Amino acid sequence: MKRKSLLAVLLLISGGLFFGACNSEQKPADEKAGETQEAAKDQAEVHGTEIKPGDVELTTPLNQQWVTTGKGIYELKCQACHKLTAERLVGPGWQGVTQRREPHWVMNMITNVDMMLEKDPEAQKLLEQCLVRMPNQNLSKDESRQVLEFMRSNDGTK
Amino acid sequence: MKSSYFKTFTVLTLVSACLLFVQGCKPKTAQSAAAGDASKSFVAPGKYDEFYNIVSGGFNGQINVYGLPSGRLFRIVPVFSQNPESGYGFSEETKPMLNTSHGSVPWDDLHHIALSQTKGEHDGRWAFANGNNTPRLARVDLTTFRTAEILEIPNSAGNHASPFITENSEYIVAATRFSVPLDDQNGDVPINTYKKNFKGSVSFVSINPTSGEMNIAFQIRTPGVNFDLSRAGKGKSHGWFFFSCYNSEKANTLLEVNASQKDKDFVMAVNWKKAEEYLKAGKAKKQAVKYAHNVYDEKTHTSTSTMNTEVMVLDPADCPGMLYLIPCPKSPHGTDVDPTGEYIVASGKLAASIPVFSFTKLQDAIAKKAFDGEYDGIPVIKYDAALHGVVVKPGLGPLHTEFDGKGNAYTSMFVSSEIVKWNIADLKVLDRVPTYYSIGHLCVPGGPTAKPHGKYVIAYNKITKDRYLPTGPELTQSAQLYDISGEKMKLILDFPTTGEPHYAEAIPASMIKDKQKRIFKIEENSHPYVSKGEGQAKVERNGNQVHVWMTAIRSHLTPDNIEGVKMGDDVYFHITNLEQDWDVPHGFAIKGANNAEVLVMPGETQTLKWKADRTGIFPFYCTDFCSALHQEMQGYLRVSPVGSNVALHFSTGTNKPAVTTAQELPANDSSATASPK
Repeated sequence: MKRKSLLAVLLLISGGLFFGACNSEQKPADEKAGETQEAAKDQAEVHGTEIKPGDVELTTPLNQQWVTTGKGIYELKCQACHKLTAERLVGPGWQGVTQRREPHWVMNMITNVDMMLEKDPEAQKLLEQCLVRMPNQNLSKDESRQVLEFMRSNDGTK
Repeated sequence: MKSSYFKTFTVLTLVSACLLFVQGCKPKTAQSAAAGDASKSFVAPGKYDEFYNIVSGGFNGQINVYGLPSGRLFRIVPVFSQNPESGYGFSEETKPMLNTSHGSVPWDDLHHIALSQTKGEHDGRWAFANGNNTPRLARVDLTTFRTAEILEIPNSAGNHASPFITENSEYIVAATRFSVPLDDQNGDVPINTYKKNFKGSVSFVSINPTSGEMNIAFQIRTPGVNFDLSRAGKGKSHGWFFFSCYNSEKANTLLEVNASQKDKDFVMAVNWKKAEEYLKAGKAKKQAVKYAHNVYDEKTHTSTSTMNTEVMVLDPADCPGMLYLIPCPKSPHGTDVDPTGEYIVASGKLAASIPVFSFTKLQDAIAKKAFDGEYDGIPVIKYDAALHGVVVKPGLGPLHTEFDGKGNAYTSMFVSSEIVKWNIADLKVLDRVPTYYSIGHLCVPGGPTAKPHGKYVIAYNKITKDRYLPTGPELTQSAQLYDISGEKMKLILDFPTTGEPHYAEAIPASMIKDKQKRIFKIEENSHPYVSKGEGQAKVERNGNQVHVWMTAIRSHLTPDNIEGVKMGDDVYFHITNLEQDWDVPHGFAIKGANNAEVLVMPGETQTLKWKADRTGIFPFYCTDFCSALHQEMQGYLRVSPVGSNVALHFSTGTNKPAVTTAQELPANDSSATASPK
C-alpha cells in the first residue's frame, strides 16, 4: 500500500511538472483562483449601522407609548422564542435582560444580529447554548428602542 | 503482486506524463480553442452573472430562470402548472390562479416570453407568457418571480402567436393558432364545414401602466387561417403589429400536406392605432363569451378568479384600413421586426430563402393601392411592392430572427441545425455556426427591443441526442451560448435546460437584481387567517371544518399538539411564517395529504387543506431545512371517531394533565372526559 501511494504521488508530481513546464495557460488559471477567493469576500453579509455605546439614552419615567408599541412588536415578532420570565424557550427569557446587558448590546442584537454573532463573544456564547441563530426580524432602530423600553418595563423599571 | 503494481504504476506515470506533456505543449487545436472560449462563460464562485435569461418551459408550463453567461439555473417559476415544491396551484390561496371557463386546468404549454418595455427598451418590471393549450396569458412580477395574474382568452384555441408586446407595453397580443367556431356560435358542426364555420381571432390585451393588470381591450375577427408568430412594430412602425399565418388553404385535415399547397401564405399587418380609433368610434360589437381573470394579491396572499362575460369585437369588413395581408412564401413561422422598426423578417419555414419586408415600402404600397386582389375581403399587398429583398440560400428551415443592434440579424435554421448571421441592409450572409441539434428559437439579450444589449446569442434546441450523459429515453434539452462580440460567432457554453424551451429573453441583471423583494412585511399581511404573532395561534371548529391558525418560526410550529379533530373533518392549516429575514421559508407537510406541501415565505400565510380520512395520530413537520433544530420542528394531530367527545384542544410547549386509562377508552365510553383547553 505504501508503495502504491508513493507512486501515486510520484505520478501526480511528474505529471504536474510536465504540465506546469509547458502550459502557459496555467498561470491565468491560478490568478483566477485568487480572484475567486476575493470574490467570495466581496459578497459578505451586509450589516446594518452599528449602535455604539452611548448612542442610547435611558430615561425615567418610562415612555409609556414606547412600552405599548414595544409590547405589540414583542407579540408579533419575538414572543415565539422569548418568554417574559427567566425561562429559556428557543432564546433566553427576558426577565433581567436589562440588568445583564448594556442597552446598545440589546439593540444591536435585535437590529444587527449577524454582526453580533460574528463579532461579539457574549452573543456567540448564547448561540452555543441555544443552537438557533437569532432571526433578523427586520426591526428598525426606533422599533428596537421601543422593544428595549418594553424590556425595561418587564424588568420593573417605572 | 507488488512488482506488478510497480510496473503498472511506472507505465501509468510515464503515460500520464507524456499525455500531459503532449496536451500542454501541442499547438492550439479545436479542443483547446474551445476550452479557451469556455473561460468567457466562467463566472467565479461568489460572482454574479451578467444577464438573467427568462426561458419558457414549454410543456412543463413553467418559466425557467438562468444566469448568463454561466448557464446556471436559478429558479423555476410555476405559471400554468401546479408545483408540489411550493404548493402553487395546490394551496387554497393559489388554486384560483389556474381557474378557467373549463374549471381548473392545472397545466399548460408555455411557449413565449415578452418582457415589459418602455420606449422600446426593457424596463425590468414584468415577464408575460402565453398558455398555448387552453388559451391564457400570464404576468410574472419580476420583483418576486411569481405569477401575479392569469387571463383566459375567449374565441381562441392554441394561443401560439402570443404574448408579443408593443414598445411601451400598451398591449400584448394573443392570436389563435387554430381557427374554430366562435364561442357564441353552435360549435356542433361537421369539421369539413371549416371554410364556412371556422374563424380566426386576434386579441389585443391592454397592460395597466402602473399595476400591470391585463384586460382584453378588443378582438379582431379574421379569416380562418392559422396564426403562428408575431411582433409589434417599433420606432417608425410603432402602431402596427405583424402576424405570420399559414394554412391560407383553410385545410382541416392532414395539414402537413394540405396546408402547404399554396406557394405563398401571409404576414398580416394590423394597424392597431386605427383599430383603437374604430373601437372609440363604436365600431366594435359586444360578443357574449366566458373567460376567467385570475389575480394574486400580495397583501392578502390570496388569488381571486373572476368570470368575465363579454368582449368587444372589430370586424375588418366594418374597419377599412385596419388589416392588410403581405404574401409570404411557404408557411412563414417567425416574423421579426428589426431594432429600427423598418424591416420585417419573415421566415418561410419550408423555404430556402428569407424575405425581408420594408415598412416604408409597405406604407407606399398601401398609399398607392398596390394590391393583388383580396383574401376574404382583406387587401393583399403586391409581394414585390413591400419587399426589401431576400436573403438568398441562408440555410434550411429558417424559423426565428434576433438582432444585435449593430445592423446584424441572427436566424435559426431548424433543418440545417445552425445559426446564420447576416446583414440587414445588404442581406449578405456573414457567418454561420452549427447548433446541437435542430435549433428552434434563439435569443440575443434585448434582441426584440429597439436597443439590443447584444454580446451573446443562445440557441434553444429541439433535439439533444448524444449531447450529455444519457438518461434513458427521455433527455434534457440542450442549449448553446455563443459569443457574438466579434465578427465570428464563437461557441462558449453548452448547457442543459428543463422542460422544452421555446422563446426566451435575456435582460441585464442590473435591471432586476436590486429590486428583488426579500420578505413580505408581516405588518402588511391582511390574509383573513393570518396569525400576527404566536399569541394569535388557535384552532376553531365550524361544522366539519377545522381551521388551524398556525405560526412557524425557527424552530417550532404553534400549535404543535392538536386534538379533537374528527374522522371526515376538513382541516385547513393556515400557516403564517413569522420570520422577517431573507431566505428563511418554512414548509409544512402532514401525513396523508392528498395535494402537496406548502412552502411559506417570511411574512406570508398559506393554507393547506387536509382531510381526516382515518382515526389516529398524524405527524406534521417543516419541510424546509431552517436551522440546527429543523428536525425538531414537528407536531402531532389526533383524529378521533365521529362520535368521540374528545374536545378541541391545542397547545405548544405544555402538556395536558397526565392521561388516565379511562381517557384512552373508545370514544363511545361515557367515562371519557373532554380535555381541558
